[in-house]
Amino acid sequence: MEMLEDIGDNNLDRIVVASCSPRLHEPTFRQMMKKAGLNPYMLEMANLREQCSWVHMNEPEAATAKAEDLVKMAVARVGLLWPLTEEIVPLTKRTLVIGGGIAGIQAALDLADTGYEVAMVEKSPSIGGMMAQIDKTFPTMDCSI
Amino acid sequence: MADAGRHPNITLYTSSEVADVKGFVGNFNVRILKKARYVDEAACTACGDCAKVCPAVFPDEFNMGLSSRRAIYMPFPQAVPSSYVINMNDCLGHGCSKCADACLKKCIHFHMSDEDIQVNVGSIVVATGLEPYDPREMDEYGYTRYDNVLTSLEFERMVNAGGPTQGALVRPGDRKRPASVGFIQCVGSRSRQKGGIYCSNICCMNTIKSTLVLKEHYPDMVVKVFYIDIRAFGKGFEDLYNRSRSLGVQYVRGLPGSVEELPDGTMRVAVENTSTGRVEYHDLSMLVLALGMKPSSGTRKLQEMMGLQLTSDGFFLEAHPKLQPVDAATRGIFYAGCAESPKDIKDSVTQGSAAAIRAVRLMHRGVITTEPITSMIMEAHCVSCGRCAQVCPYNAITVDTKKKTPAVVNTAACAGCGTCAAECGFGAIVMNHFTDEQITSQTDMLLAENPADKILAFACNWCSYAGADYAGVSRLQYPANVRLIRTMCSGRVDEEFIWHAFEKGAPVVLVSGCHIGDCHYIDANHWTVKRIEKVHKKMEKLGIRKDRLRLEWISAAEGIRFAGVMNDMEDLRRSVTNEEIADTIRILKERKKKN
Repeated sequence: MEMLEDIGDNNLDRIVVASCSPRLHEPTFRQMMKKAGLNPYMLEMANLREQCSWVHMNEPEAATAKAEDLVKMAVARVGLLWPLTEEIVPLTKRTLVIGGGIAGIQAALDLADTGYEVAMVEKSPSIGGMMAQIDKTFPTMDCSI
Repeated sequence: MADAGRHPNITLYTSSEVADVKGFVGNFNVRILKKARYVDEAACTACGDCAKVCPAVFPDEFNMGLSSRRAIYMPFPQAVPSSYVINMNDCLGHGCSKCADACLKKCIHFHMSDEDIQVNVGSIVVATGLEPYDPREMDEYGYTRYDNVLTSLEFERMVNAGGPTQGALVRPGDRKRPASVGFIQCVGSRSRQKGGIYCSNICCMNTIKSTLVLKEHYPDMVVKVFYIDIRAFGKGFEDLYNRSRSLGVQYVRGLPGSVEELPDGTMRVAVENTSTGRVEYHDLSMLVLALGMKPSSGTRKLQEMMGLQLTSDGFFLEAHPKLQPVDAATRGIFYAGCAESPKDIKDSVTQGSAAAIRAVRLMHRGVITTEPITSMIMEAHCVSCGRCAQVCPYNAITVDTKKKTPAVVNTAACAGCGTCAAECGFGAIVMNHFTDEQITSQTDMLLAENPADKILAFACNWCSYAGADYAGVSRLQYPANVRLIRTMCSGRVDEEFIWHAFEKGAPVVLVSGCHIGDCHYIDANHWTVKRIEKVHKKMEKLGIRKDRLRLEWISAAEGIRFAGVMNDMEDLRRSVTNEEIADTIRILKERKKKN
């Protein structure tokens, strides 16, 4: 929320977030950019957690110098970014389930009951997998089939 | 099982394998190879007249070879589809045809051939399961030598009312009921020498369940369990363990060192009881080996075909171990069950449902938003040489080299690896969000102050950058002078990025990506290898020490390896003198002038 306000108050058109890995939170902040009315691709993240503070815990000064560099690099990059627009393409509402064991069967049934088509591929002549071979199952001691 | 078989929305392809997967999230083209069943599965009523007359007898796989089946057989009574099948390797062929003569429905067709089926799907659930560990490797337990040593699966079939002995436990050696049974835990699990190093998750509870089954059927049977630790961590598990102990099952802490057979078929087990520190001998009528789990045999092939990642123990690697436990790193692909890691039925079912809803979440809108990080052709610069089309792993670029029309990118098929932009020698391709200027600006800033002290590392988003994150999550420490520049693929790292970095005073440059075969962009990293080799040669020619440029493969699971490579890079950096850096800058400036 605070970021949204800052964007509005200062008329910002691009953002650098210096925090964690973009692999974790880039989608989160892109969402925030959209909310603020900005193009979600006008965002750059400096990875100060996974790739700095957590891996240089015994060298605080060197870690700070690195953090400064990472932020400077992100700022340099964000200045050269341009807005990008996502494309919308049609999709096939069908799922391939590879493996007809208990996990595959459960996934297939849930999908099929929700109304989606499922193609299930099983390498042996019957579905059922390992589970079909088992007698009683723990912890309730009931039959597998 | 039966529900899945008759559901109108589910099409079953049994005796089938996925031969190829092309395309991308929302629109995968899948080629399925369906092996001939030689029995019309829709017409077969499973009457069994065919098997009665079949003269070819073979061990029954479903019963772990403890009973026999014919060459035409029903995999097991409740099989889905409920149809017989011929194993052509076992069948005597046309000369025999007894089954076909006996079949009133005339549904046996020897001429049936394998089918090649194309299916379009929007998402994929990988639920390839597991394979039990092969205990023949562990010779100390005598599985290959002694009849009365069984695997947990053989035991399972035997105590099953529908199994080969109708549920009666007998010793294979003399067909008599054993007076005592011992279970050996962790066969193929938790070992640095044989089998997997990991815990197979289910074997403790499976054995506890088996001891309860035995005590229920044969209250006076002596039952012993040899174990390292009993891991009864789930809901209701500890109760079951306590019940087993209260029924008199003996738990001996220690794995046997050897097993030998006495003349009467009794198994003598030598074990160091680690609770007492004494070596004990236990004489038991039968031994059961609690087998661990291995990834299914087709895992590697599927992983390469679909560009997925594996952990070091060979199971599929999820996008995030806690927050995205059923997603693959590739959009639109999900994992369920033991394909991802060893797990019990409850967890497999949970994950199956989770994978289903992740797929629904993706598909319910009926459209998919593609990431705009794709390449773009600057037509004015394009000379129609065709290089981009040649290197594109997705065949997303078309160029008519004869008519000399500029290249065209199919943005729906482009996955955004950036290899085309790196290979284009004419600056005619702009890789959106990872342009030459954007990346160079990062390099310039990184090397603006004290460049000689810094390590520049290009890391691909999916593996090496994720491996660096993994090092972070694991709190592994490595030199603080490392600075990463993220690209989507190592294939994006243009030769010019490397020259530019050296010209700006970089002592060393690392290019890192997914292991060969694991590339997120099919095989784009093959081009990285070729390019780095080319740059190495040029460096030699120019008189620049070529080992200052390194190429390393670091997977998303290799945090330790990432930290190790960074330490190596720091050693390498220390070996580079200021004079060497100055020389390189001079050489490269001269090279630029010449060009």
